[in-house]
Amino acid sequence: MNRILAFFKKPFVRNYANYLIVGVFTAVFGLLSATGLLKMGTQFLLEQISIAVLLAISLCMVVGFLGELSLGHAGFMCVGAFLGGKLAQALTASMGVAGSNLVVFVFSLLVGGLVAAAFGFMIGLPALRLRGDYLAIVTLAFGEIVRSVVMNLPATLFGGTLGLETPRFSRKYLFIFGFLMVLACLAVTQNLMRSKHGRAIISIKDNEIAARATGIDITKYKLFVFTISSFFAGVAGVLYSYSQSRVQSATFDYNYSIEILVMVVLGGMGSINGSMLAAALITFINVKLQTVLTGNLSVLQNVIYSLILILIVIYRNAPGLKGFREKYNMRTISEKIFKKKQTVAENADTGEEEANND
Amino acid sequence: MTDEKIVTSAPDVPVLRTEHLCIQFGGLRAVDDVNLEIKKGELYGLIGPNGAGKTTVFNLLTGVYKPTSGKILLCGKDITGKPPVEINKLGIARTFQNIRLFNNLTVIENVMVGLSNQIPCNMAQSIFRLPRHKASEREMFDRALELLKVFQLDEYKDYLAANLPYGKQRKLEIARAMATNPTLLLLDEPAAGMNPNETQELMDDITFVRREFGMTILLIEHDMRLVSGICENLTVLNFGTELAKGDTATVLSDPSVVKAYLGD
Repeated sequence: MNRILAFFKKPFVRNYANYLIVGVFTAVFGLLSATGLLKMGTQFLLEQISIAVLLAISLCMVVGFLGELSLGHAGFMCVGAFLGGKLAQALTASMGVAGSNLVVFVFSLLVGGLVAAAFGFMIGLPALRLRGDYLAIVTLAFGEIVRSVVMNLPATLFGGTLGLETPRFSRKYLFIFGFLMVLACLAVTQNLMRSKHGRAIISIKDNEIAARATGIDITKYKLFVFTISSFFAGVAGVLYSYSQSRVQSATFDYNYSIEILVMVVLGGMGSINGSMLAAALITFINVKLQTVLTGNLSVLQNVIYSLILILIVIYRNAPGLKGFREKYNMRTISEKIFKKKQTVAENADTGEEEANND
Repeated sequence: MTDEKIVTSAPDVPVLRTEHLCIQFGGLRAVDDVNLEIKKGELYGLIGPNGAGKTTVFNLLTGVYKPTSGKILLCGKDITGKPPVEINKLGIARTFQNIRLFNNLTVIENVMVGLSNQIPCNMAQSIFRLPRHKASEREMFDRALELLKVFQLDEYKDYLAANLPYGKQRKLEIARAMATNPTLLLLDEPAAGMNPNETQELMDDITFVRREFGMTILLIEHDMRLVSGICENLTVLNFGTELAKGDTATVLSDPSVVKAYLGD
């Protein structure tokens, strides 16, 4: 036990623990899936979790780090879902390959992401002039515009109101690619934030006037954050279209954007790990409710889901629970473990008997 | 690009020169025909009663406002109307009357933000963790620590900026401004809200920075003890216009200045 704790205490491991956890998680479930031990429902759940985590990390960059409120994240996802899906469909048809084709899949992931990134760049331009509520309105409008444009284009293009029939990729492996994308997004976000560029982005959130006076190129950073964030939202969109048999533009309404925002807010605004955890948790609850409450009970889905969210918010904010929260949160618990470990290690230096007792 | 920092070539060219600087907000002339001339290495004071337009002059110099008319010359080069980021890169750094630190960053990170433009490392190098990233981070950290030592802030380096005591926050702001390697440093009421001890400490720091880095400083201040203690030359503003200028002793004994401050 001590050895395991000592391993997690190393600064290198502590800094990269989240990669490790996601990596091990993916490897374990990947192996289970490859050997055919996972049910289809679990595979679907994992796909949805990887998509939600991807969305949450990318929105966390805009909302948590840059400090701009964006309510159109589902719009970027929508761009990725339909363009990536359509591209994959067209490529599969023209190349005459059936079923899951890795090249087509990876290519549409990239293209879906890049086109969404281009849209992100375009939304980033007004973001340079607007702040707070006004930017939120613009992004909200963007999401709704994308959705209704896709819906009203000729049905031959994106399937109109019926939606687009999407390409397939082996269900066994799709979530593994989802989590690989999560790892890539995590690496980009974390490396960026733990560098001078990350400090610059936070300085813009903290005090834009001072950041300007300190020579921080605000234009560059705002555009970059919007672009990279929408790139990963687009990638998540492509993954989404692969995970469903049919994508409908109605899915990507403002409720979806707000759901992603809820994940980031519950995760603690500006904490990558928190956003990831909240995204996984909320998606888990959501998907489970959808599978458990079927038939007549399905009307209860939203009620219970909302109740759970309300309870989480109360738990996180209620003043009466302050003492409880401070006693039992992740930081204090991990500190306790590490501190305990530290005293044990100190004892080991002075007298070996106590260490042997462990 | 005009991002190249301007450095003084000839010693007789003033570091900062404003010619008939004016700005009008609607019907109000907040700054009217201000002509400053600050030589290299000088510590120049800008004083005046509340609402005289001192901070507006700073905002004009740093590009926050664009002058209605007039010119701003940094080491003989026209920088009128350039945006704040570019003006900082050209060599003017400032502090603020109401402290503006990056509160979610630590003390040393605040200074490292100031060093961002000094040490090159582009985003791709950071994202892919190329060797340049590590070298630049190391260099930034070392240089930031050096600067913090100058201001006796090194023991607080891992504090969040918001958790520093007030006087130290003021100092940190100066350290951050110094990190951008300016030719001219603008200090907006650095002693505001400080107790006499802190003010004395601050005076020593300003004198030290000036001597050590050969810095040219333009200072807005209300504290007359500080002004008469360290400034060589002064300009007094009143209702946006120059009331008096010249060496400190003469200006402070000028009857019109006394009248502007104390009334009839």
